[in-house]
Amino acid sequence: MRPLGATAHRPGPRRRDPAPSRLAYRLHRLWLTPLVRRLVRVGLPAGALALLAWAVFADADRRAAIAAPVDALVESIRQRPEFMIGRLEITGASDVVERAVRARGPDPLPASSFDVNLDALREEIEALDAVASAELQLRGAGVLAVRITERRPAILWRSTEGLSMLDRGGHRIARVTRRAARPDLPVIAGAGADAHVGEALALIETARPLADRLRGLTRMGERRWDVVLDGGQRIMLPAEAPERALERVIALDQARDLLDRAVEAVDMRNPARPTVRMAGPAVAELRRIRQLERGESGR
Amino acid sequence: MSGLYQAQRAMRAMRGAAMQRGVIAILDIGTTKIACLVLRLDGPAARRETDALGPMAGQSRFRVIGAATTRSRGVRFGEIAAMPEAERAIRTALQAAQKMAQARVDHVIACFSGGGPRSYGLVGEVALDGAQVGESDIARVLAACDTPDYGSGRDVLHAQPVNFALDHRAGLSDPRGQTGNHLACDMHMMTVETATIHNLLHCIKRCDLELAGLASSAYAAGISALVEDEQELGAACIDMGGGATGISIFIKKHMIYGDSVRLGGEHVTSDIAKGLQVPAATAERIKTFYGGVMATGMDDRETIEIGADSGDWEKDRRTVSRAELIGIMRPRVEEILEEVRARLDAAGFDHLPSRQIVLTGGASQIPGLDGLAARILGQQVRLGRPLRVQGLPQAATGPAFSGAVGLSLFAAHPQDEWWDFEMPSDRYPARSLKRAVKWFRDNW
Repeated sequence: MRPLGATAHRPGPRRRDPAPSRLAYRLHRLWLTPLVRRLVRVGLPAGALALLAWAVFADADRRAAIAAPVDALVESIRQRPEFMIGRLEITGASDVVERAVRARGPDPLPASSFDVNLDALREEIEALDAVASAELQLRGAGVLAVRITERRPAILWRSTEGLSMLDRGGHRIARVTRRAARPDLPVIAGAGADAHVGEALALIETARPLADRLRGLTRMGERRWDVVLDGGQRIMLPAEAPERALERVIALDQARDLLDRAVEAVDMRNPARPTVRMAGPAVAELRRIRQLERGESGR
Repeated sequence: MSGLYQAQRAMRAMRGAAMQRGVIAILDIGTTKIACLVLRLDGPAARRETDALGPMAGQSRFRVIGAATTRSRGVRFGEIAAMPEAERAIRTALQAAQKMAQARVDHVIACFSGGGPRSYGLVGEVALDGAQVGESDIARVLAACDTPDYGSGRDVLHAQPVNFALDHRAGLSDPRGQTGNHLACDMHMMTVETATIHNLLHCIKRCDLELAGLASSAYAAGISALVEDEQELGAACIDMGGGATGISIFIKKHMIYGDSVRLGGEHVTSDIAKGLQVPAATAERIKTFYGGVMATGMDDRETIEIGADSGDWEKDRRTVSRAELIGIMRPRVEEILEEVRARLDAAGFDHLPSRQIVLTGGASQIPGLDGLAARILGQQVRLGRPLRVQGLPQAATGPAFSGAVGLSLFAAHPQDEWWDFEMPSDRYPARSLKRAVKWFRDNW
């Protein structure tokens, strides 16, 4: 009997020829070529992606439509109350400086801390003449704390541009309209005096015995100091070791009352040969006395 | 012979290109199966010291990265009989091997057993007048071998220098650098029918491949199935294939004789099919499962269900005893072996120092064949399996693959052939240039 099952569980017509067709064989070989393989596996998907991206982003409206929600999200995070600065708390500053700092601070005031560049703001504040250093700190509850260390005025400087206050380092702090506004500060004058404020302060300290007569110091030729006393008297100091020269003059004054006499200037520029310039009437008087001493009659 | 020389040189150049690319395919075109191996060549190997003249063609280590076999179609007696069928079978094997290797192969080395191979021993001698032997002298002596008239319609497949003699010292494998007055050389040449080669070339061209080498499958099987000392001392390799049985005799690591008998395992199958009146596929199955050549008393009692699909109950339920099957197979196997014996006798195999015989090939797997062969061929018979090579799948390590494995060895370590040497300068048109250079050197 012919077996019935023999053909029953054969699903389809059996493929007689296992050989690949010429085309299939060639395509298979092409597929095994490394360059083609790489091109299809990497190049094709990459190209398709690039094409898709270009097609999406070529339209300006669509670009805007994609960008707008992103921008809105970023903005909503920036504008959260946790990141907002509501108040500027300034410590250690005088009224004038505080006003100047407020003018430079973020404006209008409820501002996002993302928009405030603290470093730039600190540099801007430190660029103020009156400010030595500033510390900025974002505190909770929307407070931007600014702690300011002001420069201490040490001296007044009269230059061609007017009268200004300097600190010990010679840095300009502010302009002063009148000498009388700061009677507690000594005055210096002359070009280049601001670069030697420390020296000037030391000289003024040395000249304390003459404090009631001292008018100020003048920088001569950007090289040396003159001490100016009231009545136009001057003590001309050398460029080197001016303090010792000044001390000698003060000692001379205390011993012989040098400066109370009719002396126009004490010239200490050459320390080995101190010279005294006398006032005009005094010179005439001296000549008269010498003539008398020589036994001559007056004129 | 110059055109052949150029063609073989072109194939060597193609092999060089394949070595540069690093991938080459091996195609063993047999009558029952077509085997394809894809080799990855890993650069030059260390030179084998025992090689005759050293590597002139460039050698390489290799690894099998793809292997495939397919049932052969359109091939009879190891020759292509139906071109489109054979082409399709080759394509199937190649595609499967390429798929396994995941590499595209452009160069192929093929072997076949048909084409009526014939062996010739050639002798050539030249005078040297006391100079050192150089490569050009070897080329000269190879060219001086007097080629026999091997008939029109035949082509040289192998031409290997086997032995050199310098003055009265014979048996030199590499005479280069030695001095002498008289250089003689023995060369083994094998010719096959041109039409067979042309058919094969056409098939391979239709598969978009370049042929990088051709070999006789008897030679390839001998390379892989004979161990080194057998090759050195003298042995014959009998490659029992489906449609043809190849014979190759090796001595001193060179093939000195190659032949083929146009009988094989398929004839045994067809005998069974005729004798038992079964289809060829059933006969093949019965042969591989129950076949044998030595009957014992046990075999009378062992019955084999033949089966059929005719619808006649009596015919479909036939049984046959194993002794009957052996009775059908044995005469045919004996005929094959006797034919081989005749060829070996004609070649003078009896005069070799060691008369080792190695049976390999798919048909050598018949149980009891070694005993039968010992009666017909001589006492020293063994069954040979191919050399183990790196990366070969387990399924392809049987004796049926000794041709394919041998061909891979041939691809990686080819022995020097005549065309590996430059043609002698007196046959070369470039000689005028050399003469001009010489004239310049003498006169300036």
